[in-house]
Amino acid sequence: MASVDIRDISMAFAGKNDLPFVALDGINLSVKDGEFVCLIGHSGCGKSTLLNLIAGLLLPTKGTVVCGGTPVKAPGPDRAMVFQSHALLPWMTCVENVSLGIRQAFRGRLSKAEMQEKAEQALKLVHLDHAIHKYPYEISGGMKQRVGIARALATEPRVLLLDEPFGALDALTRSSLQDELIRVIEKTKSTVVMVTHDIDEAILLADRVVMMTNGPEARIGDVMDVSLDRPRDRIELASNAHYGEYRRQLLDFLYRKQLARAETGA
Amino acid sequence: MRRELTRPWVASVLLLIAFLAIWQFLTAATGGPTANVDPEYARLAGQSASQEKTGAIPTPVAVAKRGYELLINAFDSSNPNNLGIAWHLLYSLGRVMLGYILAVLVAVPLGFALGLMPKLYQSLNPFIQILRPVSPLAWMPLALYVFRDSSVSTIFIIFICAIWPMLINTAVGAAGVRPEWVNVSRVFGVGRLEHVARIVFPASMPMIMTGMRISIGIAWFVIVAAEMVGAQSGIGYFIWNEWNNLQIASMIVAIVLIGIIGLALDVGLSWTASRLSFRE
Ligand SMILES: Nc1ncnc2c1ncn2[C@@H]1O[C@H](COP(=O)(O)OP(=O)(O)O)[C@@H](O)[C@H]1O
Ligand SMILES: [Mg+2]
Repeated sequence: MASVDIRDISMAFAGKNDLPFVALDGINLSVKDGEFVCLIGHSGCGKSTLLNLIAGLLLPTKGTVVCGGTPVKAPGPDRAMVFQSHALLPWMTCVENVSLGIRQAFRGRLSKAEMQEKAEQALKLVHLDHAIHKYPYEISGGMKQRVGIARALATEPRVLLLDEPFGALDALTRSSLQDELIRVIEKTKSTVVMVTHDIDEAILLADRVVMMTNGPEARIGDVMDVSLDRPRDRIELASNAHYGEYRRQLLDFLYRKQLARAETGA
Repeated sequence: MRRELTRPWVASVLLLIAFLAIWQFLTAATGGPTANVDPEYARLAGQSASQEKTGAIPTPVAVAKRGYELLINAFDSSNPNNLGIAWHLLYSLGRVMLGYILAVLVAVPLGFALGLMPKLYQSLNPFIQILRPVSPLAWMPLALYVFRDSSVSTIFIIFICAIWPMLINTAVGAAGVRPEWVNVSRVFGVGRLEHVARIVFPASMPMIMTGMRISIGIAWFVIVAAEMVGAQSGIGYFIWNEWNNLQIASMIVAIVLIGIIGLALDVGLSWTASRLSFRE
């Protein structure tokens, strides 16, 4: 069954001189239950736009997004987002940040104490037991992003949306957060749509990598299945026979087809 | 020694001493009679008598003496026509606080409404823009005519001058909540009221506090002028009254006290602001 069904979506923004700026044009994509999909593409091609359309933060000019059988008209508790800029509220402690989502998602279903328990559990899941009552300014960038993941997962969404969540982190922190995400998703069996511009990250995490062409009027240029069992280990992956071929496919798309297209001004 | 000299506070003290020395030198040399008045006579005749003759700028020493006299009698209320200076300052502070608190109560909620409802902002903006540049004192005669009470009028003047910076800052703060925080609120389904209370309010706190600081400064500015025009008490009235008695030293003491209290108000609010604002 499809968790998310993106049906013939186009998205135009109000551009210069009243001309509409068409960011996305005719996108079709279906994400199965429990599937991990990575969106990859050059900066500015419309990856965040597509993710915001799934989240319901934006409404498409054409087409529909269907999530769990119902058309998306606004954000809802069935979809949670991890933002690129962590987007923690600086005046709330980590556990208060996590509780914010829980309170809305479980209103009337859980008691206050149960909600608190749930928030603390979510932080424990990402190994932040020690930072529960700390404020965002007291913790590192990697820890903030863990709180962002905990906040999103704690609402038990049908679909987890991640917008370049590790883009701003150094390589070592990024690896440890990727491993953390692998471990957590293995437990929760979440359906995930994640935006990235990191080829290795896509191969490590995704069942399917969706490659987007450069904008404007970006489309899905190619889709690559990564038919390796999840969860994957980054060290084993490095010596996997198919790994090089996956990399080559993605590199070929991003740096030959797309850059060539950009240079000829197409 | 060189390092000592470059410390800012050392330089400040040296500058103050230099300033006082030059002041003393200029006034003691040209002031003539002031310096020559027999202190015993001055005490008998009252300070006013000694200085009425001269009209010159008093020396810093004379000002310090006068300051001491004013301070030991600061809370004197034996003569209702000649209250101690502390009473006048308290009258002024009381009026400022009343007008200011009324202004906060109106400006902050209204500022939120304006910030969250752009249409309302646009329709009220012409009125704000026309009323804001009006000197608060221009309201004074009208206020006296309407309220028929000088205290109420000065409180109104404080209200009307303190409201604009807080109103505009709150509106700008509420309208300018970072898009990422608004998105968090939307993605996690935070309701309208909770959004205002738990996201917009803390997010605009630094802006609100900046507005409050600007407003208290303006209010403290304006109270002096307002009391000169239309009050029978308060530090503004005090200065005007001393001027009528040619008590130049008292006026200088009052000016210094006004400065110190203004500074204290600003420091107090900026401390509050740093306590209430979020850290990043
Ligand atoms: N709110 C908006 N208004 C106008 N143009 C926008 C808006 N959001 C995004 N765009 C444009 O749409 C294109 C895709 O943006 P985005 O989805 O953020 O790209 P990506 O996330 O792939 O880097 C960009 O050219 C961007 O300038
Ligand atoms: Mg983006």
